[in-house]
Amino acid sequence: MSVARAIAAADASALPSRRDEDWRWSDLRGLIRVVPPASPAFDGAVGEGPFDGVASTVFTVVNGCGPSALTVAPGETRVVALRVIAAPNAGSHISRLAIDIGPGADLTLLESHEGQGADYLADAELTITVGAGARLERIVVASDDASGVGVSRAEVSLAAGARFAQTTLTTGARRQRIETRVAHPGHRATARLDGIYLLDERRHADLTTIVTHAGVGGTTDQLTKGVVDDQARGVFQGRIVVSPGADQTDARMGHHALILSDRAEVDGKPELEIYADDVACAHGNTVGALDDDALFYAGQRGIPEPEARAMLTAAFLAEVVDRIEHQGARDVARAWLDARLGAPS
Amino acid sequence: MLSITNLSVSVDDKPILSGLSLDVPAGETHAIMGPNGAGKSTLSYALAGKPGYEVTSGSATLDGVDLLGLDPSQRACAGVFLSFQYPLEIPGVPALTFLRTALNAQHRARGEAEITAPDFLRLVRAKAGALKMDFDMLKRALNVGFSGGEKKRMEILQMAVLAPRLAILDETDSGLDIDALRIVSEGVNAMRAPDRSMLVITHYQRLLDYIRPDRVHVLSAGRIVASGGPELALELEREGYDKYQKAAA
Repeated sequence: MSVARAIAAADASALPSRRDEDWRWSDLRGLIRVVPPASPAFDGAVGEGPFDGVASTVFTVVNGCGPSALTVAPGETRVVALRVIAAPNAGSHISRLAIDIGPGADLTLLESHEGQGADYLADAELTITVGAGARLERIVVASDDASGVGVSRAEVSLAAGARFAQTTLTTGARRQRIETRVAHPGHRATARLDGIYLLDERRHADLTTIVTHAGVGGTTDQLTKGVVDDQARGVFQGRIVVSPGADQTDARMGHHALILSDRAEVDGKPELEIYADDVACAHGNTVGALDDDALFYAGQRGIPEPEARAMLTAAFLAEVVDRIEHQGARDVARAWLDARLGAPS
Repeated sequence: MLSITNLSVSVDDKPILSGLSLDVPAGETHAIMGPNGAGKSTLSYALAGKPGYEVTSGSATLDGVDLLGLDPSQRACAGVFLSFQYPLEIPGVPALTFLRTALNAQHRARGEAEITAPDFLRLVRAKAGALKMDFDMLKRALNVGFSGGEKKRMEILQMAVLAPRLAILDETDSGLDIDALRIVSEGVNAMRAPDRSMLVITHYQRLLDYIRPDRVHVLSAGRIVASGGPELALELEREGYDKYQKAAA
């Protein structure tokens, strides 16, 4: 079952459903009866993207049309914004991009998924190779429309000594899946996979990651935090596979969520599959509410409850934003958070 | 001034305060002493409006304003400050951010202009210096990893910056060594003023050697059972609370 195949064949029965174990909390088959018509080309204005002021180059893919490859030459350093837009006339489409980062190169990829239309089904498929000793920091801001369905999948392949860091920030969609698969060779390569989901009303977001350690001495560090309110639903599925022979793997995974409403839901599935010896793997998964004592303490100092809630929620999520390495991207992420929480700065 | 009349408070349906009456005139510092379990902390939480502390009868007013009808932040903006016995840790919120947010919230509630960043930093630097606090500590998350003494100094710093009408100090001496106790007490004494009332809640007389009260009240079994001058604290230190517990029983 694949979203891309369902769109290409205009066949809703090919969509993943809750019968697929990896999609049980993000059923698309039951949600979409008919695949929306193929998105036509869009030649109108698309406005500004969230990273326009930070990147030196902006790639724009609208309704699946746009550049299909990005190459960073060995040793080169680039900061590129990638805008993946579902335009106001969007129906269903696939955006495909291949990114090749040469040995020793450095790419900061500032990716935004922008839902400017309604009722669309948008799929994005990225294939990324990170060469030996190269570095990729990928920041994803997903701002889908509440009526849209957005799926994105990145296949990231690391070479020895590569550094990959990713931070995903999303407000969800009618249904949304952001999936990252990392082929991890070990050999001093490192991966950091972080995420924030901030959901309200009836929005849904699914952050799924699969990291496969194939060789000796690799590191993976994951921190995902979420806040769900109203009737929203957050899903975190994190799988780390340590293959036979991938000794001295160091893998840590944390997923922590705040539930602000008794009708909101969080589903977390951390999975560590370890087939090697001499590995250090740990995971933590917590779901809770804001601390009433902290709210009272802030109130006693004069901070009204809505402001105290926003402040404590922002503080809960700040740890993830603080891990973003690129300063400009970190500032955008902070502003993104503050704007959505109405937190004092 | 603070005026408490016939106040009864229950926690989980269990009566803790029963018919407590107390007046603290403007400019005066009163001490509340009593054995463990007498209801000292309950009195401070009830005045501050902590959820779960249910007032079943009586009244409490500050300058004529009915405190009991206000939520905690409104009471704070009306001038009530509680120095917590166990100050909370707030991960992710730098102490300076927290304090500035609180001060500006109080200014807004009173219809005053918000304080500018330079003015705020000047104010905090001066107050922190007087309490011999390292300014860099205020850039860290509030109370996270602070020692017991540092947390208590942080409470007094917040009090100094927020300049309340009524300061309630709940067991401020607990967890302080003798040097910290002196510094904290000097900080409190520096805030005594004709338009400010203080309620010092303590189990031991020791704190009152540093913060000299105008009046001392004995709280036992949820009521004030005796009141007197500073000499009452010395008598309690000598003779204990036994006779008051018997009297209350």
